[in-house]
Amino acid sequence: MPNQSTNQLINYLLSNGDNALIIGHRNSEWCGHGPVLEQDIAITNISLDLIGQARNFYQYAASLIGNDSNEDKLAYLREAIEFKNCLLVELPRGDWGFTVLRQFFFSAYQFYLYQQLQQNKDEQLAAITAKSIKEVTYHLRWSSEWVIRLGDGTEESHSRIVKALDELWSYTSELFLPAPYEEKMGIDISGIKDKWIQKVNEVLCEATLTAPSPKNEHTGGKQGRHTEHLNELLKDLQYLQRTYPGMEW
Amino acid sequence: MSYSNHILQSLDPAAGEAKIFTILQAVNDPEVPVLSVIDLGIIRDIKDLGESVEITITPTYSGCPAMDVISMNIRLALISHGYKNVIIKQVLSPAWTTDWMTEEGKQKLKKYGIAPPNPKQQVCNQDLFAPDEAVQCPHCNSYHTHRISEFGSTACKALYQCDDCREPFDYFKCH
Ligand SMILES: [Zn+2]
Repeated sequence: MPNQSTNQLINYLLSNGDNALIIGHRNSEWCGHGPVLEQDIAITNISLDLIGQARNFYQYAASLIGNDSNEDKLAYLREAIEFKNCLLVELPRGDWGFTVLRQFFFSAYQFYLYQQLQQNKDEQLAAITAKSIKEVTYHLRWSSEWVIRLGDGTEESHSRIVKALDELWSYTSELFLPAPYEEKMGIDISGIKDKWIQKVNEVLCEATLTAPSPKNEHTGGKQGRHTEHLNELLKDLQYLQRTYPGMEW
Repeated sequence: MSYSNHILQSLDPAAGEAKIFTILQAVNDPEVPVLSVIDLGIIRDIKDLGESVEITITPTYSGCPAMDVISMNIRLALISHGYKNVIIKQVLSPAWTTDWMTEEGKQKLKKYGIAPPNPKQQVCNQDLFAPDEAVQCPHCNSYHTHRISEFGSTACKALYQCDDCREPFDYFKCH
């Protein structure tokens, strides 16, 4: 039986893995449906990076959980209530503007978070995030460019991203509300938040957009309180293992 | 000095590790079959423990789908050379970079029609809407080329076209 601090680390790894898996899955829904071929391939490759990151977090978590836990069981056999991702990542993909703006908010968060985690005293957590930050750097650049392109684009693209901004904004504060398992991980969440706000304002400004004033905040995902969208997503993601347990390619 | 030469020098020829190195030079990356796992710079350590062989590898990208196939091919190659107990360990740190690709590997890529990765320091421009990286055409050596797509047939490659000979080509992105 893992002790309390190991349990906390396991939950923290699951939370990071779940964020990466769920947004990776949402992005993968664009495969074959991207607005142009180049961007179809770009978003699919970003999915691949994120799902790869999720595998690294899950493999490490499984090794700490012990027994016969493994990455596949963690991804395919947990119930929605056991997932610790923030609500932002589980929302349906929406239109292209919604997808790229969500990716931008998330990548900016991941970038400043991984910057700190790659120095973490837990060596494996540091290794996973140091490996991933190169990919996240690209995701952040790619999504920033798209937010600017759409915001400062045509009347149509501008109005669509304004709508996405309005819908997504109230899901961003959860990123910076620490769950109990995040509190002793040695990260400075308010430092991450400051940098995130600065980056977001910079890009929104260049995209001729303004952050809405805060209203209702949607939170709870990190503690397993999800929207119905996660159930729907998991029905798709977990279908094969639920229907044919132990099935392999 | 490239990374794999560094490994070679640390190997003990008497222990048979140099022989394993030679076997690995014939195990190719399934996505870029002209490169061996040694050329790619993903072999981090080789240990001949008598009863068993331990190979340590590092992934290129976190989500590289070729890693499982590469592990299997390394295992098969060693088994076919009579090694019975093959252990393959994966490590993430320090993170792989294209700077670890061997010179020989870069030459092989170019001959194959893929532009080899530029040294990392030359291209660390993270600015938004940064101009395309200057990449040399592997066919006619011209630098008058432009990027068509940031991603090509795999995550590790971008698609370019030469403005002089007009040939499209893959560029193995620096990472
Ligand atoms: Zn040419």
